[in-house]
Amino acid sequence: MNLSAIIGEALRALRQNRLRTGLTMLGMIIGVAAVILMLSIGQGAQTKINQTIAEMGSNLFIVVPGATSSGGFSFGSGSIRTLTIHDAQAIAELPTISATAPVISGTAQLNYAAKNWSTLITGTTPDYFSVGNWKIESGTFFTESDLRSANRVVVLGSVTAQNLFSDEDPVGKTIRITNRPFLVVGVLMAKGQSLTGRDQDDNIFIPITTSERQVTGNQFPGSIRLMLVQCKSADEMDIAEMEITQLLLQRHRIAKGKENDFTVRNLTALADVATGAAKVMSMVLGAIASVSLLVGGIGIMNIMLVSVTERTREIGIRMAIGANQRAILTQFLLEAMMICIMGGLIGLLLGIGGAWVVSQVADMLIVITLGMIGLAFLFASAVGIFFGFYPAKKAASLKPVDALRYE
Amino acid sequence: MLPIQTNHVGHSLIRIKSLCKSYNLQDASGKTVTNQVLFNIDLIINQGEFVAIMGHSGSGKSTLMNILGCLDTPTSGSYWLSEENVATLTNDELARIRNQKIGFVFQGFNLLKRVTALDNVATPLLYAGVGRSQSRKQALELLRRTGLENFAMHQPNQLSGGQQQRVAISRALINQPPLILADEPTGNLDTQTSREIMLLFQQLNRDQGITIVLVTHEDDIAAYAKRLIRLKDGHIIYDKNNDNEAILDKLS
Ligand SMILES: Nc1ncnc2c1ncn2[C@@H]1O[C@H](COP(=O)(O)OP(=O)(O)OP(=O)(O)O)[C@@H](O)[C@H]1O
Ligand SMILES: [Mg+2]
Repeated sequence: MNLSAIIGEALRALRQNRLRTGLTMLGMIIGVAAVILMLSIGQGAQTKINQTIAEMGSNLFIVVPGATSSGGFSFGSGSIRTLTIHDAQAIAELPTISATAPVISGTAQLNYAAKNWSTLITGTTPDYFSVGNWKIESGTFFTESDLRSANRVVVLGSVTAQNLFSDEDPVGKTIRITNRPFLVVGVLMAKGQSLTGRDQDDNIFIPITTSERQVTGNQFPGSIRLMLVQCKSADEMDIAEMEITQLLLQRHRIAKGKENDFTVRNLTALADVATGAAKVMSMVLGAIASVSLLVGGIGIMNIMLVSVTERTREIGIRMAIGANQRAILTQFLLEAMMICIMGGLIGLLLGIGGAWVVSQVADMLIVITLGMIGLAFLFASAVGIFFGFYPAKKAASLKPVDALRYE
Repeated sequence: MLPIQTNHVGHSLIRIKSLCKSYNLQDASGKTVTNQVLFNIDLIINQGEFVAIMGHSGSGKSTLMNILGCLDTPTSGSYWLSEENVATLTNDELARIRNQKIGFVFQGFNLLKRVTALDNVATPLLYAGVGRSQSRKQALELLRRTGLENFAMHQPNQLSGGQQQRVAISRALINQPPLILADEPTGNLDTQTSREIMLLFQQLNRDQGITIVLVTHEDDIAAYAKRLIRLKDGHIIYDKNNDNEAILDKLS
C-alpha cells in the first residue's frame, strides 16, 4: 500500500469521527497556542531589554563615590563627594579607556513662553553623548568650547522638548532654567525606559562647568555625582577595571586595608544579568506552555488507545484482506499526527492572534520568529509521533485471528 | 484415522500434515489448562476443488479455516500453501499471501463500516499497491459482474444481507486469488439468498477454476460442493467426493 492511500484511509477514519477528532485536536490547539503566546511574550521582553542595552552604550563602567554597601549599588548616595572632575580626566588618560563623562545632577524648573516643566538636569561633558550612545534628533550636542566657557547652552531630551515646545522646533529658542536664560542647541532622539524603568527622555543636559557655577551649585566644588567610563574594547574590561581602581586608590591616597571611597561597576556585566534573567523568564514561560502541549499529547494517546480497542475488528478485517503490520502502524500513526499537525496549525494561528491582542491591550513588545513557529510545529509533530506510536504499535501487533474474533 | 482420498485431479494447493491446535486457558482456580481443538489433521486439497467442511458446533471447523487462511498458526504439524511452508513465512509474507492468494468470506460479512461497497471491494487492491482510482475502476467492474453496480456508493448498513455478502465475495475476488475460504457464508441468510450465493460460488469454481473451501452446518448447502469433509471433536471422520452434487444452473 502506498503512502497516499494510507493517508486517504487515515483521513477517512478521522472524518468518520468528527466530534472526537475535534475534541482531541482542541488539546493540541490550546497547547500550541499557549506555547506560541508564551514564547512571543518572552522573546518580546528579551528583545526589549536587548534594545535598551544596545542604546545604553557599550563597554561601560559607572564609578560612584562611596564604598560598596552591602545593599548593593546606588547611584551616588548624595552626601559623599569624593570623586572629582579631575579623577574623570585622569581616568580618561588610561590606555584602555576611550572616554569618561563626569556627571553632576539635580532637578530644575524650566520655563518657555507660558509653559512650566520640572525635570532632571544633568551637567556633564560632550563625551557623555558618545559614551551613553545618545543620538541627536535636531541641532547639535554642546561642545568642548561651551564646556570651557561655561556657556548657557542646553540639549533637551525628547520628552522634555515635547512638553515645553509641543510642535515647535526648540533649536535656537531660549528657555529659562531656574530663571537663567539658556540657548537650546539640540534635541536628543528618544531612548525609552532604562533597565530600571526610568524614562530616560525626560532630561536636560548642560555643560558641567555651567551647571556647577550657575544652576545646581556645588557644596564641594569639583566633586561629581558619578562618572561614566567607556573602555576601548570588551576584552579589556577586566584590565580596565583594575587600572581604574588602582588609579583612584593612588589619587585618593587610600592605604592598604582601608575601605575604598568609590565603587566601580561594570554596567555591561549588569546588562548581561538582565538579559540572562529575561532568557530564564522566556524559558519558564515556554516550559509552562509545554506542559499544556504534553497534556494535549496524552489526550491524543488516550483517544488513540480507545480507538484501537474500538476498531479492533476493523484492524482484523484489514489484516485478513492483506494489510501488513506496517500499513496498520502507519495508518494509526498518521491519524495521530494529522490531529497534531492540524491542531498545531490552528493553534499557531490562534497563538499569533492572541499575541497580537496582548501587544495591543497590554502595550507590550511581542516578537514572533520563524524559529518559534518551527519549534511549535516540530514539537506538535513530535508529540503526535511519540503519543501516537504506542497505540499504533498496539494495533499493528494484534494477531489477525484475535482481532477478527474481537467483539 | 481414515485414509486420505487421493483421486482428485490437479496438483495440490493445500497440504496439511499431522496438524494440531490447542489453546491454553485459565481454569477457575487460575491453573493453566490446555484445550486441544485439532488432532493430527492430514489434508490435501487440490487446485480447482470445491470442498465443504461440516461438523457440530465446536468441532474445530473455524479453527481449521483460520489456520488455512494464515490468520492463525498451528501448535504443531506443517501447512504448505501452493508449495510454500507457511511456518517459515514472515508476518509481511503472510499478509501478502492473505492479500494475493486467499479471499475470505465470513458469516458476518465483515465489511468495513461506513465505507462504501465500492471502497470495500477496492481496499485489497490498495494493500496490493494499486493506486486508488485504478482500484476503484476494477472494483466497479467486479460489482457490475455481481449485479451490484447500483449499490456501489452504498455503505454496508444500507445493504441487505445478501447484497453485503455479494460485496464481500467481490472483495474476496478482487485480487484474483486461487483460493476462497468461506466460513458459514450463508449462516445469516435466508434459503433463497443462500442458494444465490452458492450459485455464485459454483460458477466461480467451475468457470474460473477457483478453489473453494466452505464451512457449513447445513446439508443442503454442503450438497453444492464436490467434496465433503466431516469434523468431529477435532478429527476428520469423513472425507469423500459428493456423488449427489446439486447443480444450480436453473437459477441463473
Ligand atoms: N481463542 C480461543 N481460545 C480458547 N478456545 C478457543 C478459541 N477459539 C476456539 N476455541 C475453542 O475451540 C473449539 C473449536 O472452536 P471453533 O470455533 O473452531 O468451532 P466451530 O467448529 O467453528 O464451531 P461453530 O460451528 O459453532 O462455529 C471450541 O471448543 C472453542 O471453545
Ligand atoms: Mg465456527
